[in-house]
Amino acid sequence: MSGRTGSPTVANPLDPAEIFRQEAVDLLARLEASLLDMEATPGDRALVDTAFRALHTLKGSGSMFGWDALAAFTHHIETTFDLVRRGELPVTRELVTLTLAAADHIRVLLEAPEQADKLRENALLASFRDLAPGSATTKPTKAAPPAGPAKAAAAGEKRTYRIRFRPGPDTMRLGTNPLLLLDELRGLGTCTVVPITDAVPPLEEIDPTGCYLAWDVVLTTAAATAAIADVFIFVADQSDLTIEELPIDPDAGRERRLGEILVERGDAVAADVAAGLNRQERLGTLLVRSGKVSEDRVASALVEQRHVRAAAKAKESSTTTGTIRVPAERLDSLMDQVGELVIAQARLMQQAVAGGDPVLKAISEDIERLASELRDTTMSIRMLPIGTLFGRFRRVVHDLSHELGKTVELATEGEETELDKTVIESLNDPLVHLIRNAIDHGLEEAGQRAAFGKPPVGRVLLSAVHSGAQVLITITDDGRGLNREKIRAKAEEKGLLAAGQDATDADLFGFIFHPGFSTAAAVTSVSGRGVGMDVVKRTIDGLRGTIEVASTVGQGTRITLKLPLTLAIIDGLLVRVGTERYVVPLSAVEECVELTREEDRRSEGRSFLNIRGDIVAFIRLRQLFEIPESAGAIQKVVIVAFGEARIGLVVDQVIGQHQTVIKSLSRLHRDLEGFSGATILGDGSVALILDIPHLIGFAREREAMLRAS
Amino acid sequence: MAKKRILSVDDSASIRQMVAFTLESAGYDVVTAVDGEDGLNRLKTTTVDMVITDLNMPKLSGVDMIRQIRTIPALKFVPIVMLTTESEERKKMEGRAAGATGWIVKPFNPDQLLAVVRKLVS
Repeated sequence: MSGRTGSPTVANPLDPAEIFRQEAVDLLARLEASLLDMEATPGDRALVDTAFRALHTLKGSGSMFGWDALAAFTHHIETTFDLVRRGELPVTRELVTLTLAAADHIRVLLEAPEQADKLRENALLASFRDLAPGSATTKPTKAAPPAGPAKAAAAGEKRTYRIRFRPGPDTMRLGTNPLLLLDELRGLGTCTVVPITDAVPPLEEIDPTGCYLAWDVVLTTAAATAAIADVFIFVADQSDLTIEELPIDPDAGRERRLGEILVERGDAVAADVAAGLNRQERLGTLLVRSGKVSEDRVASALVEQRHVRAAAKAKESSTTTGTIRVPAERLDSLMDQVGELVIAQARLMQQAVAGGDPVLKAISEDIERLASELRDTTMSIRMLPIGTLFGRFRRVVHDLSHELGKTVELATEGEETELDKTVIESLNDPLVHLIRNAIDHGLEEAGQRAAFGKPPVGRVLLSAVHSGAQVLITITDDGRGLNREKIRAKAEEKGLLAAGQDATDADLFGFIFHPGFSTAAAVTSVSGRGVGMDVVKRTIDGLRGTIEVASTVGQGTRITLKLPLTLAIIDGLLVRVGTERYVVPLSAVEECVELTREEDRRSEGRSFLNIRGDIVAFIRLRQLFEIPESAGAIQKVVIVAFGEARIGLVVDQVIGQHQTVIKSLSRLHRDLEGFSGATILGDGSVALILDIPHLIGFAREREAMLRAS
Repeated sequence: MAKKRILSVDDSASIRQMVAFTLESAGYDVVTAVDGEDGLNRLKTTTVDMVITDLNMPKLSGVDMIRQIRTIPALKFVPIVMLTTESEERKKMEGRAAGATGWIVKPFNPDQLLAVVRKLVS
């Protein structure tokens, strides 16, 4: 490519501005030629016409293509020549000289508007004013809203209008098809059109080119009244047209009756309506039969009644489902206060139970119920549909599929599933990562897919569903599935797994969440660096959620995230071990069984329990927490489940259900394993919340160790 | 449906070109004429669904052309839109009287032009 110099480059021949410039040069030449000829033959009307037209086009087209200063200046000269053309101003040598000077100025305005001499321009205009008083004083009116569409200034609230349109008889002869105007109205909003045929003459009198119909329209639209009037802009002067806004008031409690509408529209007289109403028949039928009101008019009024009813209903539902925006901090502080209330209520309950006053106990129970409802309501305020999050991933998938050259279809299910706002916000990054992984690692290239007999378009399904107090979010792809051999090899290489050691799928798949674990042969910009899955796991853990992986080679992978509905308050089961009390999240609890001393003795050393035929491992919390004194006669086993895994937790006593306001542990205790937080009990003491996933992991490790030894 | 054809009559090449470009981009067929006489000649050989015309043109003015178009039976109902400027209220009335359907005030932008065309051509 040759270098561009400062010289003007060849302009795009299709550039309208460039076409205008060339045209303007021609027009100026034509103007000068006619002016010079005019000097010789001042009486030649054709020359004046030519000069005027040149000025007219310079002005009109100039304003179209951005030469505003040129158009404004030329306007004054054009006005002067209009006077000349109409014979009100003679062609003089002075006029010709002045106009030639003006033409020079126009040329400057055309070629280099920034160099135009404003003083010279004013002097020229002053001279024209002297020549033809009044000519150069009329400023061109600033472009009023042009004939084009004056679309609704701001898409505001919807309003309902009654539009009565009776086009003039010449409408079609003037080239307007009224049906197109009705279509245009329909394009503005919800529209009901009723034709009024009462002016149609008998067949033999009909002029087929005339227009006899009229229309009553009820339109509900967010467009401005001006936009509605614009529809009729070309026919307004020959039509009977009224546009009135109808009051839509859902609170008014009573809709307008047919008679009221007819009278209000001026289609019926109040006396006739009253007379009709006295006859106790259907008013519409009656008025039509008596010939007071035409059938069309009644039909139109009835249509308006229906339309208004529907609009009012729509408005009502939009007000009742209306939303208010509240700063998130206020919700957080509300949640905190509800938490405090729950704790205070627990104290009250304790006092009531201890005091044995039945009245106080009843009040306390009422307050417990109210606090629990208040908690639920407060939590539901913080809930957002997860669809808000899913929506963002379309873009991620789109970008990725381009980047990686794979065609991917993202399907989503359960967008309406609600989750705590904080949870949703924290889920963004983990989900992006999992989707990236699914597309990059999971899905095969199109060619490979074809070879496996799969559809060429890879599919990633993102779904969310409620399950008890949890939300399950799954990312499913129909790709190649996880490669167990590769994972095993990598795990052995990393020393996570002894060579040849047995490992279940869950164990193997669990390795992919280890830091620095990647089996990708090639590191792409998207994934394969082994950074990320561990972060995903950490984030989900932080949300007190869990990750499960299922995969079938050649068919795909499904990753399930189980998340608690909210982070702030949970229902817990209060248990006692030794002198301390602990909270087990109720969502994890499956059942509580007794562990008799006999059974206890029998299971000693084995730590397995037979629950209706199922072997369940258990952990003695007494042992785990290193509580010296021996247990009582009857211990309880709380069976908790987490994903597929179930374990029993041996406790001294199950105290009961407890609304648990989760307080996070201090920085000092944050790294403590086995506890996810703490809560304050009714008596003011602190109970630790057991971290069930961690305890289950611990039990399984121990189990594996026992088995290995 | 066949492409709708629109006749653009204007003595300004830049306007003709802008009208043609805008309408062709929107899927219309455009024929152009440089003045009223040229416009009438075009209409003898081709059928159009709409006419967009300037008013001030040599040979035959826009108003005169509109008047003649309305005498042609086949063009009785064809929408005719005139391009006017703000200062031409009188001209606009003359055009209306001659049978013009509507008008567009210069300067106008492509969207305004298309809105008017859509209003008049199905």
